[in-house]
Amino acid sequence: MTKRASAVSASPPRRRSKYTLAPLVLIAANVVLFSLFFVWPAVIGLVYSFTNYTGVGVFQFVGLDNYHNLFGDSAFYDALSRTLLYAVLFVPLNFAVSLLTANLLVSKHAKGASVARVVFFIPWLLSPIVVGVLWRWLFGENFGLVNYVIEKLGGSAVPWQSNADLSLLVVVMAASWAWTGFSMLLFIAAIKNVPVSYYEAASLDGAGPWRQFISITLPSIAPTSFIVILLNTINAMKEYPVFVALNNGGPGTSNNLLVQYIYETGFKRGQIGYASAASFVLMLILMAVAIIQLIVNRRVENR
Amino acid sequence: MTTTDMPRPVDAGPARAVSKKRPRRATSGGLRRAVPATTLLWVLACLYGLPVLWFILSSLKPASDLFSYPLTLVPHNPTLSGYLTAWRSANFSQYFVNTAIVCVITTILTVGVSCCTGYALAKYDNKWLKVFFICILATTMLPSEVMLAPEFLVVRNLGLYNSFAGIILPAVLTATGCFMFRQFFLTVPDELVEAARIDGARELSIFLRIMVPLSRPIMLTLAILSFQWRWNDYIWPLLMLNDPNKFTVQIGIQSIVGAQNINWSVLLGASVISMIPLIAIFLVFQRYVMGADINAGLKD
Repeated sequence: MTKRASAVSASPPRRRSKYTLAPLVLIAANVVLFSLFFVWPAVIGLVYSFTNYTGVGVFQFVGLDNYHNLFGDSAFYDALSRTLLYAVLFVPLNFAVSLLTANLLVSKHAKGASVARVVFFIPWLLSPIVVGVLWRWLFGENFGLVNYVIEKLGGSAVPWQSNADLSLLVVVMAASWAWTGFSMLLFIAAIKNVPVSYYEAASLDGAGPWRQFISITLPSIAPTSFIVILLNTINAMKEYPVFVALNNGGPGTSNNLLVQYIYETGFKRGQIGYASAASFVLMLILMAVAIIQLIVNRRVENR
Repeated sequence: MTTTDMPRPVDAGPARAVSKKRPRRATSGGLRRAVPATTLLWVLACLYGLPVLWFILSSLKPASDLFSYPLTLVPHNPTLSGYLTAWRSANFSQYFVNTAIVCVITTILTVGVSCCTGYALAKYDNKWLKVFFICILATTMLPSEVMLAPEFLVVRNLGLYNSFAGIILPAVLTATGCFMFRQFFLTVPDELVEAARIDGARELSIFLRIMVPLSRPIMLTLAILSFQWRWNDYIWPLLMLNDPNKFTVQIGIQSIVGAQNINWSVLLGASVISMIPLIAIFLVFQRYVMGADINAGLKD
């Protein structure tokens, strides 16, 4: 009993920092992994981006040449602008459909929600490669189901694969389809946390469902909307496998996105230094996206 | 002293999120509003379900029927020949086994390492732990796709090129996993730890004997997520492996797509086979996936 009393008095609840060894042991594995596979690559990546390293042998420092060349490289510009276009199309579409499905699934008016939820979620389980294959099968120009239906309805076959803009659009649809389940889950959790009393009060004041959605649901789930938009933008900026399986960045190289560009310059053409520079441009874009969205989010919350 | 009389925070995990049903709002309008909402929901569900259904039904058609007009939804002579050809040809069964090995080992390591880190971040109060927490946050800002080339060189310098370890080890540190465990352990009352300390338990045995068993629901949730990420991984295994005997399923499928003439029968079969494990796991553990508190910094 005395031992217990002294132990209690010796350790007031807030003084936990006397433990050093135990937390160190607990995080040791992750510290090693973090240093090996995050810090080390980040540092040498930054260093290589100032060299003409090819992956083997010696290399020379070339200063800012890689960055300078990047901004004169039309293939890089095409990849960058195509990636931005893809993000601009994908993010709002995914946001809209996942918010719509989440609202329908939470609504007490919609029947069969538990089954529908599984249907919406299954595409998220499929690998990006399978998603690409599946939509390639669906949107085949000469054999696909979609063109078949269009022709049945009296239209003419649409060049889903040979028109660069249409083939980008197919990827946008495929990716939105695949990612809905995930964003939807986040929205469902957020909508369920909105206090029911808000809606009851609004109903008493005569607000209809649309008005309630705009004035109550949307502001209440703003933090989740922020996360969904941020994650989806980042995912869109680094998309690659869906493209590679759906149209391999085609037709031609017109839909080569940034990650594919980095992969091809770094690993197919052996220009590690140049690819590292492109990677850092991508990283700066991702950080800018995150920072801009953080600022906007803070503005909205402070309003 | 035993811990049985302590409030068991097990339910603080996904189970709670699942069971926490929204109280129904007072009915108004009834059928008038049920019809459009239900219709819209099911039109959307059909749009989402149809591609998968069409894909799976097509995979059951014999190769000769795949392109025969008019297209039919249900195969006339359903056959598994596409699956059998896929399974036998191109080492696909080998790819399947490889992927399973990689996924299982990565998942076990990810869950174990994330659990340790999450616990340390939640229950200890050191300055350097806060710094490390920010470091983990940073990994979500700099996705691995951005560091493909340097990360490849690091792994090659470590002598892990063309080995499963080269795929497994870089994937073990996940910010999401650490967050999930940290959030969970924050909900476990500190008094539980204090009480065990007073009883003379040592720090690591508190963790192993009390905390690890408590966190089983989170372990399962993260295990499912991690298995899915690794099963679906493409670009990193593609870079890491050049021995066809070590290829994973996704690389196998992509190599069929990249062929001069796509063998759709084999491709459809292989794709459907590759979907089976995840769909099966999902259907069994649905409530964990659906209820996962995955709001914090998601990254695969």
